[in-house]
Amino acid sequence: MQLARVIGDVVMSVKDENLVGIKLLLVQPLTPAREPAGRPIVAVDSVGAGVGEEVFFVRGKEASFPFYPAEPPVDAGIVGIVDHWDVGN
Amino acid sequence: MQIGRVVGTVVSTQKHRKFEGAKLMLVQPLNVDDTPRGHALLAVDGVGAGVNEKVLVVLEGRAAGEALGKKGAPVDAAIVGIIDTVSIADD
Repeated sequence: MQLARVIGDVVMSVKDENLVGIKLLLVQPLTPAREPAGRPIVAVDSVGAGVGEEVFFVRGKEASFPFYPAEPPVDAGIVGIVDHWDVGN
Repeated sequence: MQIGRVVGTVVSTQKHRKFEGAKLMLVQPLNVDDTPRGHALLAVDGVGAGVNEKVLVVLEGRAAGEALGKKGAPVDAAIVGIIDTVSIADD
């Protein structure tokens, strides 16, 4: 998984039927120092995240697991909203 | 699998139910000479690792779910061991 900040959302009218009703958010992966780690990606949301929030997301087919038994064609999904993190002891 | 060092912990209240009770650790992947490689990632802890410990991290969904002890968990990384030593043979 990776830390990220939600920086936007994505709306599609034409899409795979298994994506109907699923929220798509644009997330910027972050380092623990809150610097950008690579470029933004689109992730599905299953925890009610919103723009501006710090979250963590999972990559790969596991991103579809929160929607089981549906199997949306996705490769990144937000699975938690972060309260805070601590670096070091 | 990858070698990394635990550099921190993450607290999340609102999360997928399969993460209930799981420890979330920030892990910095390491090269074999212990220099950092790439960006820190987030892994669930299956072995009771602590900050500053050198660990073995599995980066694959099914294996990470098994380390967490939960099938169908939306995870892609888990700490599966605390490393005592890594030896590299001389040529």
